[in-house]
Amino acid sequence: MQITVNGKTRQFDAVTNITTLLENLGLDPARVAIEHNLAIVPLAEFSATTISDGDSLEIVQFVGGG
Amino acid sequence: MDDLIIAGRRFNSRLMVGTGKFSSNAAMVDAMEGSGCQIVTVALRRVDIDNPADSLLAHIDREKYLLLPNTSGARDAIEAVRLARLARAAGCEPWIKLEVTPDPYYLLPDPIETFKAAEILVKEGFIVLPYINADPVLAKRLQEIGTATVMPLGAPIGTNKGVRTRESIAIIIEQAIVPVVVDAGLGAPSHAAFAMEMGADAVLVNTALAVTPNPRGMAAAFKKGVEAGREAFLAGLGERRDRAEASSPLTGFLRD
Amino acid sequence: MSFLDEIGKYDPQQVLAAIEAKTASDVERALNAERLGAEELQALLSPAAAAFLEPMAARAHRVTLQRFGNNILLYAPLYVSNLCTNGCRYCGFAAGNKMPRRTLTLDEVEREAQVLHDQGFRHILLVTGEAQGKVTNDYLADCARRIRHLFSSISIEVWPMQTDGYRQMVEAGVDGLTIYQETYDRELYAEMHPYGNKRDYDFRLLTPERGGAAGIRRIGLGFLLGLGQFRVEAFFLGLHALHMSRHYWRTLVSVSFPRIRPADGGFAPLHPVSDRNFVQLICALRLLLPDAGLVLSTRESAVLRDNLLPLGITQMSAGSCTAPGGYAEKDDSGRQFAIDDDRTPEEVARVIRAHGYEAVWKDWDSAFLDKTVHA
Repeated sequence: MQITVNGKTRQFDAVTNITTLLENLGLDPARVAIEHNLAIVPLAEFSATTISDGDSLEIVQFVGGG
Repeated sequence: MDDLIIAGRRFNSRLMVGTGKFSSNAAMVDAMEGSGCQIVTVALRRVDIDNPADSLLAHIDREKYLLLPNTSGARDAIEAVRLARLARAAGCEPWIKLEVTPDPYYLLPDPIETFKAAEILVKEGFIVLPYINADPVLAKRLQEIGTATVMPLGAPIGTNKGVRTRESIAIIIEQAIVPVVVDAGLGAPSHAAFAMEMGADAVLVNTALAVTPNPRGMAAAFKKGVEAGREAFLAGLGERRDRAEASSPLTGFLRD
Repeated sequence: MSFLDEIGKYDPQQVLAAIEAKTASDVERALNAERLGAEELQALLSPAAAAFLEPMAARAHRVTLQRFGNNILLYAPLYVSNLCTNGCRYCGFAAGNKMPRRTLTLDEVEREAQVLHDQGFRHILLVTGEAQGKVTNDYLADCARRIRHLFSSISIEVWPMQTDGYRQMVEAGVDGLTIYQETYDRELYAEMHPYGNKRDYDFRLLTPERGGAAGIRRIGLGFLLGLGQFRVEAFFLGLHALHMSRHYWRTLVSVSFPRIRPADGGFAPLHPVSDRNFVQLICALRLLLPDAGLVLSTRESAVLRDNLLPLGITQMSAGSCTAPGGYAEKDDSGRQFAIDDDRTPEEVARVIRAHGYEAVWKDWDSAFLDKTVHA
C-alpha cells in the first residue's frame, strides 16, 4: 500500500499497524512520537492502530535543541 | 545554594542546559555533566526515515535529567500545541518549554501565539515554561493563566551578548510570582552570574556550551558563575551609590 | 498564596527585633538600593534610620516627582450612614457610643454629593459603619448609582464584602475600595474589637484580595497609627501592598496613614506616633512603593499636612465632614473623629498651589470603561 510518511509517499508491504511500520523502518517505538492522519497516537495504542492505503503519518523524535 | 522549585518540584541546580548545536553527542554529554544541571531541553523533529540517526535519548540518562522538550520550529500556537502533545505522547513528563519563533532572523518569540498556546497547554495539564521577550506585562499575563515560570530572553538566541534586556528583566523579577529563568543570549559565566545577581531564579544556556572547544570546562565555569551569582544575591549586594544631592531641608519643620 | 499565608510566616516579635537591630550601614544600603524589598523596608523603619530622615525625605520627594509629577489628587469622604454593630474601642461609631445615628436616604445622599460636586470634587469616598441587614450591599450600590453622574471615581470604605458583593459594587460604578486592617497584630486586634463582625481578622485581611478578584481598580490599605507598634505595623503594611501589587497587578494600590485622633468615646493611642516617626514611616513606604498612592486625610493639622506635601503624598481629602448629612446641614454631631484641618477645599487647593503642586480634582473618568453607562 501507499503511505505518506513525513511528507514522502512510499510503497510499503506487510505493514498492518503502527508497530509493524516502525519495525519495517527500523525505529524503536519507545523513542518516537506518531501522528496518524493528524491524530496523535499514544505508545500503548501503536499495535491497535491499523494503517490503510493513503494514510499519512508523521514520525518525530527528540533531537538536540535549546 | 538553595533549591530551585518549579511547579512544586525541587532542583539543586539553577543552570539549565540546551542540547542543540553540539558537534557530537559526546560533547553534549560532557556539557551536561560539567554543568551539574538537572534539566535539559530537547527539540522534536521528523525522523529521516531513509537515514534514521542515533536516538538522542540513548545518551541522556532519564534518571538524572528531566527532559524539557521545546516547541522550537513552531511558527504559531497550533503548531506549538501539536509539538507539545507529540512530546507528551513520546513518553515525556508533561513539562514543555513553549517556544514560538516565527521570525527566522532573530528567532524572537511571538507573544500573541505564545500566549494562545500557553492557555491551551495549561488547561491540558502541561507544566508550561514560556520563552518570551523581556516584556513585563506579557510575563504577568502568562503567570495569571498559570504558567510555571517565565523565561525572558537576555539577548536574541545565539548572540552571546549577555543580559541586554536587563531593565525589563529587573521589572519582571520584581513583579513575578513564579520563578524567572533568563534564557538566550548568555555567552559567558559572568553573564549568568549577572542574571542571578539580579535575582533571576535560574538561567538556561545552550550556544555558549555548544560552540566552545571544551564543553565540559565551559559548563563547569557556568556552574560556578550561577552559584556565585545566586549566593551573592542571597547575601545581599551593596548597591552603587547615588551622588549625594544638596537640597533644602524637607524635614526641618520637625521639632520633636 | 494569599496574604494570610504570607503573614503567617512572620513572628511579630522577631520582626520588631530585626528592625531594631538594623544599623546605619543597613540604612545607607537601603537608601541606595534601586529596588527595595522587605529587608530594606526594615532598615528604613529602624531607629537607626531616624538619623537619615533628610536623605530619606529627599529621595522620597524625588521618586514621587518622577512618578506622579507635581500633583495632589483631592477627594472628599461622604458618610452615608453611621449605624454600627461593631464595638471598635477607638472609633466614634462604636455601637456602645451614644450619638445621633442616621442613614441617609438616597435623596439626602444626592444632596450631600451635590454640595461636594459644587466644591469641585470629582473623587468621592463613600463611608459607613457596619450594620448587616440595615445598611446593605444593595443600599450602597443604590447610593453609587444615584451619584455616579456627579463624579469620575467612587470609592468605598465600608464593611468587608464577599467577592460577589464587590462585583455588585463594580457594576454600580464603584472603582475603588479602601479597607484598613487597623492593626496587623492579631492579639491586639482581638482586644480592640471585642464584638461584632469586625472581630474576624482573617476575613478583613483578605478583603483587598476579594476586591482585586472582583475587578476593583484602586485598592487602599492602611493601619491605624497609634494602635500597634508602628515599625512592625508599617512593615506588614508594606508587605501587604507588595503582595497586592504582585498578585493583582492590574490594580492600583494606595496606602493611608490615619493617626488616632480624639474619638467620641475618649480612646487614647496605645503607642502614640510622633511627627518625626510619622515622617519616617511615610518616606519608608514611599521608597518601598514608588508607584503607590499615599493618602493623607484631614485627621492631621493644616501645618503638618502642608509640610508633608513634598514627602511623597499624592492624595488628600479636604473640607471633610465625618458625620452623615454634615455637608448640607453643617452639623457634625454624628461624627466619627475630630477633624484637625478645617480649611475649605478652596483654601486647601490654594495652599497646594502655593507649594508648587497642582490640585487635581479629576484623575479618571468612568467613561473609559465602556461597560459603564451614565444615568
